[in-house]
Amino acid sequence: MLGIPDPSASAALALCVLSSLLCVVWGALKWNADDANAASDEVVRHWAEEETSVENEL
Amino acid sequence: MESMWMTLSVVVYLLVIGYLGYRGFKATNNVTDYLLAGRKTHPYIMAMSYGTTFISTSAIVSFGGAAGVFGMGLLWLTVLNIFCGIFLAFVFFGGRTRRMGLRLDAHTFPELLGRRFRSRFIQGAAALLIFVFMPLYASAVLIGAAKYLAAQLAMPYETALLLFSAIIALYVILGGMKGVMYTDALQGTIMLLGMTALLVLTYRALGGVSAAHDRLTALTPLVPAGLAKGGHLGWTSMPAFGSPLWWTLVSTIVMGVGIGVLAQPQLAVRYMTVKGPRELNRAVPVGGVFILMMTGVAFLVGALTNVYFHETSGKVAIAAAGGDVEAIIPMFIKASMPGWFAILFMLTLLSAAMSTISSQIHAMGTSAGRDFYEQALGFGRRKGRGGMLATRIGVVVGVLISVYLGYELEQAFGKTETEIVARGTAIFFGLCACAFLPMYVGGLWSRTITRAGAIAGMLGGAASSLFWMLFFHEKVSTALLLCGRIFGVRSLGIRIVEGKEVFLKAGPFIWAFVDPLIVGLPVAILLTVGVSLATRKFDDAHLTRCFGEK
Repeated sequence: MLGIPDPSASAALALCVLSSLLCVVWGALKWNADDANAASDEVVRHWAEEETSVENEL
Repeated sequence: MESMWMTLSVVVYLLVIGYLGYRGFKATNNVTDYLLAGRKTHPYIMAMSYGTTFISTSAIVSFGGAAGVFGMGLLWLTVLNIFCGIFLAFVFFGGRTRRMGLRLDAHTFPELLGRRFRSRFIQGAAALLIFVFMPLYASAVLIGAAKYLAAQLAMPYETALLLFSAIIALYVILGGMKGVMYTDALQGTIMLLGMTALLVLTYRALGGVSAAHDRLTALTPLVPAGLAKGGHLGWTSMPAFGSPLWWTLVSTIVMGVGIGVLAQPQLAVRYMTVKGPRELNRAVPVGGVFILMMTGVAFLVGALTNVYFHETSGKVAIAAAGGDVEAIIPMFIKASMPGWFAILFMLTLLSAAMSTISSQIHAMGTSAGRDFYEQALGFGRRKGRGGMLATRIGVVVGVLISVYLGYELEQAFGKTETEIVARGTAIFFGLCACAFLPMYVGGLWSRTITRAGAIAGMLGGAASSLFWMLFFHEKVSTALLLCGRIFGVRSLGIRIVEGKEVFLKAGPFIWAFVDPLIVGLPVAILLTVGVSLATRKFDDAHLTRCFGEK
């Protein structure tokens, strides 16, 4: 394929493209999918408080 | 003249990055700003931030150079990088890591593991492993960039290493360590432009895609004798199955990095900084294409440099580079690409190095201060009692060790046809997989993994991996000398028969070339599961805190 005679090397090239395509298709299909078990705003705010303090410390 | 333009471009680039970093810092200085910034984060920016942290100069210059030696078989690493490093990571690990991180109020990877298994020991030991071995990976990033700078500006490697380290230090002082996502996005975009141009220019110079591959296949009879003896079958073929080169390529480079990416501390924390799984899902397509264009292009071009060097100098790439694997890509670009591209590629490498190093420094600093000093040792848990000092000392010591390793590794292996940077990166990724992956996976998906099981898996995986590295894996055990001093042979996978070295085999396994990951990861999985089956489970209250209600 494309001048690469060894099937295991040409398979790698094909799978590189196919795995990228898988990512693109997944992203398109799940573009608006959301999380049913999302954390509450309070939990997120508490986490963000500590994260800001870690970042500022660094 | 070209040097002047290059210097000017770097200065302008640093000013723009510094300005964006400062704007980002000012915009997210309190919790509300932080939350707002998080909620507005575009998936492109999230994916670029993750991608630029993942992809460094090591991937482009060093693994690209390794492709100049091994050939297109390295594309299997791109397959695993995309499938494991993006698809599995974002779709399966990302959402769960983020949910559990929020529930347990974890802000670093060791903290997530420590709180999941209610163990300060786990947090401290994981932090120590990261702090001790992360400099090896950071030095790999520095070497890749310094090699390019040395080739482009015709300066000694040591000067380039110091100059590049100074640029990185300036970037960190300007606030780059915060890893502001907007600077990552700019850096990712520059990397994307640079690698796209590299791909197009290379194929155009070599007569098109199929013609370039045909010409590379035609060079098969010119494979150097040493590589042919090791199993090399040409640059458009995989090495012979079960040969020493096959084991190095598949077990160390492809599997070490390809699987190890799932347990990278600096990448796992990125999942926690997005709003939710919708943003993670939306980042998947951008990330998949980004990794394809970074590693896929680097490996294809790396292999194709053999055609260019053969036609211009009569030598294959590794011979033209004087045995210096990491010099292949820089030499190819200097010799074959237009002047404007050398500048664009310089900015590409600066971007790749800065974004990765900032996350490495972040991981080293938090490992030393927050995870080890404050939590594991129990010092300074109250604010202002030395935690910040420990973090700063951790950052400085980590950076100094990285620069020192960047110098020493080049002195020891620079011209020995050893892909030392690719191997150094693979060692770190492999060690992370052995130590962290079983308990990370178990911690995210299973309610039955116990604290004792997690500790046994982490210690067993790390110890078996390090033991194999020191006493069996021929390249590492030879370099570290310990095996030779104790047992009188450079690897326990080698026997001396009538004054000659004989490699011990069992079926397709040539033990001296089998990567520590192949031994350490199964040991870690067996210990994690086996010990968990025999020890006390966590109570329901803790599991509900980790996983939420059933």
